[in-house]
Amino acid sequence: MKELAIKVENVSKEYRLGMIGGGTLKAELQSKIAKLFHKDDPNLKIGQKVYGKNEKFLALDDLSLEINKGEAIGIIGHNGAGKSTLLKLICRVTAPTSGKIYINGRITSMLEVGTGFHEELTGRENVYLNGAILGMTKEEIDECFDEIVEFSEVGQFIDTPVKRYSSGMRVKLGFAVASHLNSEIMIMDEVLAVGDVNFQNKCINRMRRVAKEEGRTVLYVSHNMATVKGLCDRCIVLKRGKVAFVGPVEDAISVYVQNEKYDNTSYFDLTQVKRPSKCNLKHKLNSVEILDSKNGTVDYGEKVHLRLSWTSKPEADKLKMKFIIKCVDLTPVGISLLDEINYTEGENVRDFVLDTSYLIPGRYAIENVFYNEDENGNAEYYDRCICMRIEILHSDQSTKLKHWFKDWGNAVLPCITELS
Amino acid sequence: MTEQKWTAIVDGSKSNNFDFKEIAKSKDLIFLWVRRNFVSRYKQTILGPAWAVIQPFFTTVVYSVFFGNIAGLGAQGVPNFIFYFCGTIIWNVFSGCLNNNANTFITNKHIFSKVYFPRLVMPISAAISQFINFAIQFAFMLIFWVYYLVSDAGISPNIYILMVPVVLVQLALLGMSCGVIVSSLTTKYRDLQMVVGFGVSLWSYCSPVAYDMFSRSALMPGSKFYPLYMLNPVTPGINIFRYAFLGTGQIDWLYYAISWIFTIVILAIAIRVFSRVEKTFLDTI
Repeated sequence: MKELAIKVENVSKEYRLGMIGGGTLKAELQSKIAKLFHKDDPNLKIGQKVYGKNEKFLALDDLSLEINKGEAIGIIGHNGAGKSTLLKLICRVTAPTSGKIYINGRITSMLEVGTGFHEELTGRENVYLNGAILGMTKEEIDECFDEIVEFSEVGQFIDTPVKRYSSGMRVKLGFAVASHLNSEIMIMDEVLAVGDVNFQNKCINRMRRVAKEEGRTVLYVSHNMATVKGLCDRCIVLKRGKVAFVGPVEDAISVYVQNEKYDNTSYFDLTQVKRPSKCNLKHKLNSVEILDSKNGTVDYGEKVHLRLSWTSKPEADKLKMKFIIKCVDLTPVGISLLDEINYTEGENVRDFVLDTSYLIPGRYAIENVFYNEDENGNAEYYDRCICMRIEILHSDQSTKLKHWFKDWGNAVLPCITELS
Repeated sequence: MTEQKWTAIVDGSKSNNFDFKEIAKSKDLIFLWVRRNFVSRYKQTILGPAWAVIQPFFTTVVYSVFFGNIAGLGAQGVPNFIFYFCGTIIWNVFSGCLNNNANTFITNKHIFSKVYFPRLVMPISAAISQFINFAIQFAFMLIFWVYYLVSDAGISPNIYILMVPVVLVQLALLGMSCGVIVSSLTTKYRDLQMVVGFGVSLWSYCSPVAYDMFSRSALMPGSKFYPLYMLNPVTPGINIFRYAFLGTGQIDWLYYAISWIFTIVILAIAIRVFSRVEKTFLDTI
């Protein structure tokens, strides 16, 4: 059995809706008395809804999780899904309404960097103070003090009061302290939003090292899918206070971004899919079928045969088509164009070939655009939607790519050739 | 299969998670926080820590002139100045601990909302900061005290000086507990913030700070009000402090014992309320 670092057991966190307390004793008494005599609450704004005592909001709803030791876990989800609440509970900043959280090891919370920095104190004093707030002893800070200063890049200002620092310097110093703590569990909530690009990269690398080499448990919350992909082994997707998905990062991202699970299929019915409002649907794509594949998978280096069926209205104009190839997090890889398609009024069923040999093994979403363009580049959009998902599998031809790294991108460009 | 170990368990259904060991572990944090309070308070001031002395000094001057000389409320047989100085600094231990803690949650909200550490670290460091303040004021007092002692101004220190540390601890605990209760309740009702400001000064008038209770016929031992007056848990402590250094007034051990009981009860309530509030105050503040 693997050793666990964190176990969350049926945890709920409840917030009351509406006004919580009037803020002053007087206001609260006023409201209570008014309620007693069935009068309107004098402290409510006109038109404001009165929430009953039992109307509650569950930020986390009976949530259970297990996180193994040494794992780097990404937590993703839309705003209000409960990510921050979950982190706050694990950090013990606030307590759950019910349920239990088991923690194995010391926790460093990086919900914010530079917590407790005092303006008047020097950088050096603040390093010690911040470290102590985060749970280090003085000796431990002594040990890694030089490392912290070096990492923070503020060496020459270390004895200057922090109030003279720029905001970037504060963040750097704060991150340096937090990332050098030797706690077993690190919790990070999008702390990299500030700082220049170089420092951001440095931070990501530092975190990667913490997660991969030093074998610590990392919980990472971010909306930036690229960093999540680069850092995490596993992902948890939260949705309305519940766990929507736990599993490999790519799958989780596709659940999060496209709001649906990646299911391997080769037939995509698009009649019910929502289209952007600027599409006039004079040509409307109804379905896509991947012909020579059972479950939407394609071997690396192969070409894909597709059968598209669409409806063209009588008044429709010339039809052009493009496929935008996207990663699971919907960052585009590249596009494939088809300049003109002949069509007949009404139903059309036609086969096409899409060359996917330049795509690295992995999962992709392909967005289809039906459009027309005049010489000046003014486009008329007929239809646009994610029309299919494919998975490129490793094959014999892909051995060159066996040691493919995530930061190489998703497309293999034409080979380098030597001039003879 | 190895047995799973847990270093901490957060239980939502438990209302009290007071853990003394945890506080002992954060002694470095307490130390650094005290230092931070001290350094930050006097940064960019010209007089620096001298301010710790200036406040009680001028309070004493005003007390001696108006209450002592003009109103004639001072003690018999001891110089007014040293009488009031003793009273002021020992009162400051109590009121300082109370005031410093009365806003713990609100002023430290930004820290509490981001990082967990035993929250009681804050009140404890505030109390320790107050001790440092007291040490400075006390050193200053000693100068006058030695001067009056040498010039034979009628002060007679005695063995009860050994009791002074006990008095200090009691008053600090009492002040801290009251402050903690106030700060816990202010997370919900801000009204209490207002009360603290004038409440503390009213309390000081109910205690023998600005006058000598033993030369007032209404408050003297044996008088009607004496038992009621002595129930104020600050009063016996102030009396002991003055008696020990100046030899004025007297010590009533019965009421001092009562004030200790009172202190411990308040402390217990404070810890309970505090650890209850600390869990979820972020949601109500």
